[in-house]
Amino acid sequence: MTTASTSTIISDAPGVNPNSDAIISIRNLRKWYQIGGGFMGFGDKDYLKAVDDVSFDIERNKTFGLVGESGCGKTTTLKLLLGLEKPTAGNIYYEGEDVATMSKAGKTEFRRSVQAVFQDPWSSLNPRMRVRSIVGEPLEIATTMTKGQIATRVSDLLSETGLNPYQANLYPHEFSGGQRQRIGIARALALNPKVIALDEPVSALDVSIRAQIMNLLVDLQEEHGLAYLLVAHNLATVRYMCHDMAVMYLGVVQESGETEAIFNNPMHIYTNALVSAALPSHPDIEREEFLLPGEVVSPINPPPGDVFMTRTPLEVDPDHKWANERPPLVEKEPGHWVVETPWSMAADAGLKVELKGHEGV
Amino acid sequence: MAESTDATVEEKNVSSDAVSVDTDGFGDSAASEDVVLDVKDLQTHFTTRWGTVKAVDGVSYHVKRGETLGIVGESGSGKSVTALSLMRLVPSPPGKIVGGEVILGGRNLLDLSEGQMTQVRGGEISIILQDPMQALNPVFSIENQVGEAIKIHQKLKGQALWEKVVDSLQKVRIPAPATRAKDYPHQLSGGMRQRVVGAIGISSAPAVIIADEPTTSLDVTIQAAYLRLLRQIQQEEGVGIVFITHDFGIVAKMCDRVAVMYAGRIVEVADVRTIFNEPLHEYTKALISSVPKLEEKTGRLPQIEGQPPLLYNLPPGDAFAPRSTLTFTVEDATRRPPLIEVEPNHWVQLSKSSVGDYDKYAHMMPAEDEVED
Repeated sequence: MTTASTSTIISDAPGVNPNSDAIISIRNLRKWYQIGGGFMGFGDKDYLKAVDDVSFDIERNKTFGLVGESGCGKTTTLKLLLGLEKPTAGNIYYEGEDVATMSKAGKTEFRRSVQAVFQDPWSSLNPRMRVRSIVGEPLEIATTMTKGQIATRVSDLLSETGLNPYQANLYPHEFSGGQRQRIGIARALALNPKVIALDEPVSALDVSIRAQIMNLLVDLQEEHGLAYLLVAHNLATVRYMCHDMAVMYLGVVQESGETEAIFNNPMHIYTNALVSAALPSHPDIEREEFLLPGEVVSPINPPPGDVFMTRTPLEVDPDHKWANERPPLVEKEPGHWVVETPWSMAADAGLKVELKGHEGV
Repeated sequence: MAESTDATVEEKNVSSDAVSVDTDGFGDSAASEDVVLDVKDLQTHFTTRWGTVKAVDGVSYHVKRGETLGIVGESGSGKSVTALSLMRLVPSPPGKIVGGEVILGGRNLLDLSEGQMTQVRGGEISIILQDPMQALNPVFSIENQVGEAIKIHQKLKGQALWEKVVDSLQKVRIPAPATRAKDYPHQLSGGMRQRVVGAIGISSAPAVIIADEPTTSLDVTIQAAYLRLLRQIQQEEGVGIVFITHDFGIVAKMCDRVAVMYAGRIVEVADVRTIFNEPLHEYTKALISSVPKLEEKTGRLPQIEGQPPLLYNLPPGDAFAPRSTLTFTVEDATRRPPLIEVEPNHWVQLSKSSVGDYDKYAHMMPAEDEVED
């Protein structure tokens, strides 16, 4: 398959034009890695399509969740937003302005405003730097603050994230996992960002610490009006933290919308499969569990049509339009989008999962 | 309960027939025929330059045939070291099993020679570890690795060995087992690799399988399939499973009984519904309520304050007391709380600082001098 054959397919959801109200608006974002094939620049090349035509908006002061299994492209999307990867195609709009065509000053402003907190607090902090240097480094690089001002700001950031300012002279190894994650959050806050990308921020932490960090993130969001992009595989965490979410499979968004709308009425078979496989919160909850046939297929040269068609329990008509062309997201109810094909809807397969608490909540 | 007055002594005498006060384990409940694994007062210590780390500090539990016992705790609670101690796989030095008994098949595993232990490992008791990529050797085929355990324990070879290998792979529902047996680990997906590890685990029909967080590296849908498979195998083979996890979702789905560990000790044991519906220890309560729920949008999560304690510097008394929301009493700072069966089959490490209903069970507290430390 060549670039030309698919670049004409442009999904119009959720809207082709960037949403100027949203702080971040991502449109038709693609990241393809060429991994061989072809001959001296001629012939068909093989592509690993990590992210393929993804569009969503992150609203101000809200959290957008990206969920899916490993290899679905959620982390690549996060890296694209942070500028750690260069998109193959598509646009990222920050406050309505295309990041790719921004002026140098605009790009600097964008990079200051979008910060990140990573999954593993053991490897994301430099072990040779003291906490005051780790948290103060962004201030040294990106501001004209004096040493004294930086020291004051670092103290403030540490107390704000629940650490003791006296701990500024310690090294990362002197902290526990939860405290290290607080250091990472303090560093992300240093430049007063508007958006923080959170890559599995609690999954490496102890269970008793996770609630502390999630609550800290929620509090900071309220205080500073932050927007978050949360990448997670734990659906319960997403339901707790996120206002809006998207479910990704093989680099493509399959369902997106308001978190509660999706959990109350998951429409896509894949979303239902994820929800049914998620662990219950009480031994009396017995969810019907259904497993998709087959395994996740390779993202190298995925099918030209619906990427989900190799996993559906329903029959696929190989001549159907959506077996040969990428189907778009369709707005099935206000603010709730889903890829609709004759084989993708849970209702058609009789596989609807209803989430019930153990006391009929 | 610093001083035992005459009144409490008398009350204790009256009630001593009715309630069992067992400071070192599970008394006669473990005498039943069905018990396949009985761990009594296990203690494993590590010598470090900061001092002795009591990773496992007097842990007792038993597992019955066909039962899944969940051992829940945070990192550093001693749950994995307990498992390694059962298999006698604690690296020594610095680790050392300093006391206790592990009764399997009528003998104490801690008394066996290293040669005898090799026969037991992978034979009567096997372990499924967290990371299937590390558990499998990348340069040997699946046939070779599954066959190795069968060769050692069942002395099979040739065609009989091959058939047994295929049979084991079939038991863990690996499609096309005869073809897959010729593959190497890197040719399989994560879920399939973990099934191969499971096939090695069950190949010699063990009485007990220790599953040490076997699904943490798997995706949710693969995890669900794997957990379902473990259940099916358990029903078919009647094996007892010790499931070590930090995830209460897995506990809810898989376990019949639960032991909650904190700082090297068991703080509460009960059947899974009692643990979820009527937990007594503050740590158990806090752990369960601090996890967000998939089934409903929850309000702000209650959080446990503080950090898990450093194991080389444990307080002599109730280790959870400093993090408990209840009042930290002076007695609990110095006195190690005993594990008491406060309700039938519901054991809790009873202390005023960590058990809200302490007053209800206060009469079960043994007098100070009766508690060995």
